[in-house]
Amino acid sequence: MTAETTQNAAAVEVHDVHKWYGTHRVLNGVDLTVRPGEVTVILGPSGSGKSTLLRVINHLEKPEIGHVSVNGELIGVRRQGDRLKELSERIILTQRSRIGFVFQNFNLFPHLTVLDNVAAAPVATGKLGRAEAQELARELLDRVGLGDKSAAYPRQLSGGQQQRVAIARALALRPGVILFDEPTSALDPELVGEVLAVIKDLARSGTTLVIVTHEIGFAREIADRVVFIDGGRIVEQGPPAEVLDKPRHERTRDFLSKVL
Amino acid sequence: MSQPPGAAVSVTEAPPSSDTPSKQLAAQRVLPLRRPGRWIATAIVLVLAAQFVHGLVSNPFYQWDRFGYWFLRPTILDGLLITLEVTAYSAVLGLLGGILLALARLSRSPVLRAVSWTYVWALRSIPLIVVLLFLYNFSALYQTLSVGVPFGPAFFTFDESRLATDMVVAVVGLSLNEAAYAAEVVRGGILSVDQGQHEAASALGLPKSYQFRKIVWPQALRSITPNYVNQLIGLIKSTSLVFYVSLLDLFGTAQTMGSTYPGDIVPLLLVVTVWYLILTSVVSVIQFYVERYYARGATRTLPPTPLQKLRTGLTDLRARIRREAAV
Repeated sequence: MTAETTQNAAAVEVHDVHKWYGTHRVLNGVDLTVRPGEVTVILGPSGSGKSTLLRVINHLEKPEIGHVSVNGELIGVRRQGDRLKELSERIILTQRSRIGFVFQNFNLFPHLTVLDNVAAAPVATGKLGRAEAQELARELLDRVGLGDKSAAYPRQLSGGQQQRVAIARALALRPGVILFDEPTSALDPELVGEVLAVIKDLARSGTTLVIVTHEIGFAREIADRVVFIDGGRIVEQGPPAEVLDKPRHERTRDFLSKVL
Repeated sequence: MSQPPGAAVSVTEAPPSSDTPSKQLAAQRVLPLRRPGRWIATAIVLVLAAQFVHGLVSNPFYQWDRFGYWFLRPTILDGLLITLEVTAYSAVLGLLGGILLALARLSRSPVLRAVSWTYVWALRSIPLIVVLLFLYNFSALYQTLSVGVPFGPAFFTFDESRLATDMVVAVVGLSLNEAAYAAEVVRGGILSVDQGQHEAASALGLPKSYQFRKIVWPQALRSITPNYVNQLIGLIKSTSLVFYVSLLDLFGTAQTMGSTYPGDIVPLLLVVTVWYLILTSVVSVIQFYVERYYARGATRTLPPTPLQKLRTGLTDLRARIRREAAV
């Protein structure tokens, strides 16, 4: 493989990433390092580029300039001399199977049962046999508290339950990193708690998480690091006690005063 | 569903205690609005329908005895078989062609997109009968067909006149035409699948072919099925055109028999009509079950089958009779 693994590699390394659509610049040179086991929360006003940054990490969006590596492996590209060349779709798909992604709108497969939603990816990517995958799926559904829903179809579940299934689905590939794109934004307020509890549980188990969210209280509670992003740039980052309680930048203060 | 009719009775039987009038009013069943207009319209339609049926049965013009004579004649059944064969082959080949054309149209290659678009444009513009007659005269234009290197040497050569039987001409013509329409049906179905499904599938790293076969296609089929069945019913009737490439299908047979027995033209047309009605009905029944199958997960509860409807209907009726008897 083309992986360029180094010792003590960062779980996620984003290096000088620029992304634009036509003349609209979404990311303007973002550098970010996430250490293994770290929980990083990305905050920022809407349109600041935080979701795009997350989607660049698993190559759902291609950066125009810059590159990303996950656990020491370049994502979507390989180095040839001092140039970066695009990888084939097949290899990119294999790389993505090592990065979990949880969507704002869950995006569960509506025609498959909950159990099949979770068991599909390990089977399709050849990691597990069908029986093993189903066993793993049952375990994971138990872990997110939905062991009794395995035969249901996604639309028969509440939003909070669907998002918990989506988390189990992401976990089924045993990813090194899990990315959450506003996991609670599409939920009724009363259902937010159950999803956050599952994410908290993951954070405690030492999984590397990168979470885009608007839940400031949640960020304060579980983040090892908070990253504030605005206008496609990282404005400031640090432990929640610093960024959330003693922000150094005017824009951070301004944003926090609006959402708190 | 509606409340049991006994409910209103039990309210009046309730002890006339200190309840305020408004509370009693709230417990009353609301009487449905009378709709005399609807009753009048229903009566008119019933009378017209009865007249139509009476005419159909009593008018000697239809010659129902001759209808009975022809309906199961071996020649007619042979024609029916040809119709079924042509329809089945063309439906399958047309759908396969349509899937390929739709994928080409949705591909990132501008050449594939343009070719697919042009094909659909051309075949939807040319009347089917013209396509069929073109193919019928094809063997005169190209006497041999060869497989080999493009513009280079040929490996196999076929004699066109032996290859192109009437059946082949008919199936090829109908399939070419059908593929153009099926392509649009399939493309619409694929586009109807939410973008988030593609994203989720590729974020999970599912292999490309798996994404299409197991995630996108089953969901697309939900909107493809009703539209393709519509297409299919059109196709069943279009097969009557193969008569013009000298293939004797159901319609062709009736037509030929009609010119031999000119007095039987009307009953023969009735025979054809009834057979087409039967074919369309069978397809509609299959459609119901296919749609129901692909509705899994899309709706919270599946629509009941006619048998289930009948069963719940009978149960309801029995319960109602028991209630009425009890009161």
